[in-house]
Amino acid sequence: MNIQHVNIKFYLENPEAVKLADYAAVFNTWIQKQRLEELLIDVADYLHVHNGPGIMLIGHEADYSLDNRAGRLGLLYNRKEQLDGTTQEKLTQAASAVLAVAQILEKENALKFNGQEVQIVINDRLLVPNTAETFAALESDLKAFFNQLYGGAECILAHNDNPRERFTVNVKTSANFDVGTLLKNLSVETAHA
Amino acid sequence: MKASNSLWREQPIESPFPELMREIEIYETEIELRKQGKMDEKLFAETRLRRGAYGQRYDNGQRWDGKETQTLPFPSSKTELTKGVNTVWDAPGMQRIKVPFGGMNPEQLEVMAELAEEYSDGIAHVTTRQDFQLHFIHVDDTPALMRRLAAVGITTREACGNSVRNVTACPLSGVCSTESFDVTPYAKGLAYFLLGHPDVQDFGRKFKVAFSGCKDEACGLVNMHDMGVIAVKKTIDGVEKRGFELYVGGGLGTVPHQAKLFDAFLPEEELLPTSQAISRVFARLGEKKNRNRARIKFLVAQLGIEEFKRLVLEERATLENDPRWTAYLSEIHELDEKPLRPSQPLADTLQTESFQRWYKTNIFHQKQAGYATATVTLPLGDITSDQLRTLADISRRFTNGTVRTTVDQNIVLRWISEADLPEVHAALDEIGLGQPGAGTIVDITSCPGTDTCKLGISASRGLAGELRQRLAEKSHTMDEAVQNLHIKVSGCFNSCGQHHVADLGFYGVSRHSGNYTVPHFQVVLGGEWTHNGGSYGLAVGAVPAKRIPQVVERLTGRYVAEREKNESFKAFVQRIGKVQIKGMVDDLTKIPTHDEEPTLYTDWGDNREFTIGDIGVGECAGEVVSHAEFGLANAERQVFEAQVLLDENQYQKAGETAYASMYQAALTLVEELFFNVPKDHDRVAEEFRARLYDTKLFWDEYAGGKFGHYYLRAYEKRNESYMPDEAHRRVEEAQLVIEAAHSCYSKLLGSRSLPRQLSGI
Repeated sequence: MNIQHVNIKFYLENPEAVKLADYAAVFNTWIQKQRLEELLIDVADYLHVHNGPGIMLIGHEADYSLDNRAGRLGLLYNRKEQLDGTTQEKLTQAASAVLAVAQILEKENALKFNGQEVQIVINDRLLVPNTAETFAALESDLKAFFNQLYGGAECILAHNDNPRERFTVNVKTSANFDVGTLLKNLSVETAHA
Repeated sequence: MKASNSLWREQPIESPFPELMREIEIYETEIELRKQGKMDEKLFAETRLRRGAYGQRYDNGQRWDGKETQTLPFPSSKTELTKGVNTVWDAPGMQRIKVPFGGMNPEQLEVMAELAEEYSDGIAHVTTRQDFQLHFIHVDDTPALMRRLAAVGITTREACGNSVRNVTACPLSGVCSTESFDVTPYAKGLAYFLLGHPDVQDFGRKFKVAFSGCKDEACGLVNMHDMGVIAVKKTIDGVEKRGFELYVGGGLGTVPHQAKLFDAFLPEEELLPTSQAISRVFARLGEKKNRNRARIKFLVAQLGIEEFKRLVLEERATLENDPRWTAYLSEIHELDEKPLRPSQPLADTLQTESFQRWYKTNIFHQKQAGYATATVTLPLGDITSDQLRTLADISRRFTNGTVRTTVDQNIVLRWISEADLPEVHAALDEIGLGQPGAGTIVDITSCPGTDTCKLGISASRGLAGELRQRLAEKSHTMDEAVQNLHIKVSGCFNSCGQHHVADLGFYGVSRHSGNYTVPHFQVVLGGEWTHNGGSYGLAVGAVPAKRIPQVVERLTGRYVAEREKNESFKAFVQRIGKVQIKGMVDDLTKIPTHDEEPTLYTDWGDNREFTIGDIGVGECAGEVVSHAEFGLANAERQVFEAQVLLDENQYQKAGETAYASMYQAALTLVEELFFNVPKDHDRVAEEFRARLYDTKLFWDEYAGGKFGHYYLRAYEKRNESYMPDEAHRRVEEAQLVIEAAHSCYSKLLGSRSLPRQLSGI
């Protein structure tokens, strides 16, 4: 199965302490300083919307957002451009990108991410339908990816089988992981930080 | 670009409108032709626009980052592939989606949710024309997106471009007790009759149509449309007949025109053929070269309504009979909506305070006893995909899926049994859509402004969001007279936020201060929302964007303190007069230096140092106030005086003073290039034309030479007498000439290569 447009979200610890309105300025400064090695275009502020996309950093290859969908604040990566490679390579690319940005936000803006929980969404209903068959087809790749991400620690994959939603898997592990460790587990240099 | 685009092409989609699928195939081919360099970029731009695929801010590949203008290195920049002049292929754009009369069903809401998620940023935006818009869309994704819309009977065709735009109608049509009859089937009939019709393909500009069921309410805003239709009944030979009051030539835009009555009773069977004849006359005689005078309002003004009508009726007589003109009339009652649940009154039990507040402002009691229409207030017109899906569920649970968008950028759920209202409110509240305040001062309308619009000058959404937040905090303790006011915000003079018909309207402008440009909003007061947008407000002065909340506070405070019994805000503004109002905000117009108050030099919701584009800051501009700044301030004063004269019905003086203000602005700019220009009207006009108009220095990026033309025309007509309409227009035009003069002055400061001459050689 050719998965594309991987979305991956890591949640924030103490979301109530985060002053989201400040991040429009933070992201704009990133555009100004070309902080990431990808094309960043604009900032969109949706704080007026209930449980919405929050503050978005719109890019060409991908969008990043301090996203509050389902009332859970986290950093969401939305891959827009297509990628070549295996499922695991595409998952690794998305996870590496979001974790690298999370690392910057932790270092420069004192945010703290919770590495124990992650959500994967494939943002294309036709390419990757949200069915039990799709989950069965992708399960081993997903398990292998999370095995690497969590360094072999046990984790639970829960497929959200609501047919109106995009293909979504929520993953939890009982062990504690910080962002740096997760990046290390993926064998990724922290290029941005 | 989406990986599934080619898969969507192969999907067997059954659309209620099969011709839409063919239309999308044609568009997809045009995309391919453009990519292969076989289609001219201008032609492609127009074809793209006629499918609703619109440009978005920064799609020229340039973005001001607060310190400098950065080039955005889109991959397609390497091949120089464009989707229009100066429009980079890979740059994200906006997709406008037509929703005739705002009518939606749950399946359509769900598809909108999916599209917002998969192609956009998870937000669908309701516009002031009952459309939806999705932003940050790649042009390569648009055919797939259109196919998915077509599958649920929605088209984007002619959502933009020089075509018939979305046909709007009162969202209470069919359920409102003040209406003559339900205009919904007529709006639908006309929308699909004109869609793609050969007679509407050769317009010089867009053409907007609105329907209203009655004359007095605001919902249809007929008076500000190219063609407006109000339902009326007439008894002829003892038989009650349905028909319409038909208006033409209205419009907001830079200079607003009130529509003129074309026919006091147009029989229903004549609606489509007469619209077709109007379209033909507009296509044949409307301006084509100068887009700034190409709307039908200019044609109607030029010909006069009687001559225009004569030409239309002449054209009507030549039309070959088309069975579609009346075919839809036999099916008119098929559109009648039915309730899902039996009507029951609201239980007489204690309701929560939150419900009571919502019930007071968001509920409209239908003419069908026991049923209500609930307004779902969308902050800034925005709704998330998750909210759209739940809204679809709510509409299925409590109604037969009877949903409409509104020109106030909200959504209404119709046919709710009143007994269900507490449950509906609770369900909406769970997804953050149970807020009260529909139709009140907190329900602020705003165009996209600088957030995404290429033409935006100031952050209209930023200001609207700020005002909404501040006003919501105290809304339930506010005086009722203030609660019922309307605020509307546009990012520029083009009026997409409909600021002319608000009690308090604002549109984005800029001012120069020292080495900086400062975001401002022009304050427009006393517009009339009711009576279908019955009259337009007038500008009283430009105030720095960050001080607009203070303007609102002062004006509403004084209104509460000094209003006479039942006095409307419009009447209050007229009674106390613009001189006093200007006096109330004068101190707010003074701009401190950048060091003293740097936040004034940024816009709402945007921490970047403000700019109006790539206009540089001139070397000669210092902290001292220049001769030119004084000159422009003088011109502003004069136009204000002209407005006051207008209020006093001194039309001749108002027109003369308005012209004088334009002359002053022109003189100021000419002096920047030729300091000792003789100060006589002929010479200044001659020098203005040669040095600023013909050289395009005075041209606006979007409006071209329109504003310069206003001055030159006023100069030519300066010795003529002014009728009320003309005087009103001249004052409006003078305001715009002065705004353009400010922009031009910034340009002059930024281009030091332009030498100032002392002699006229």
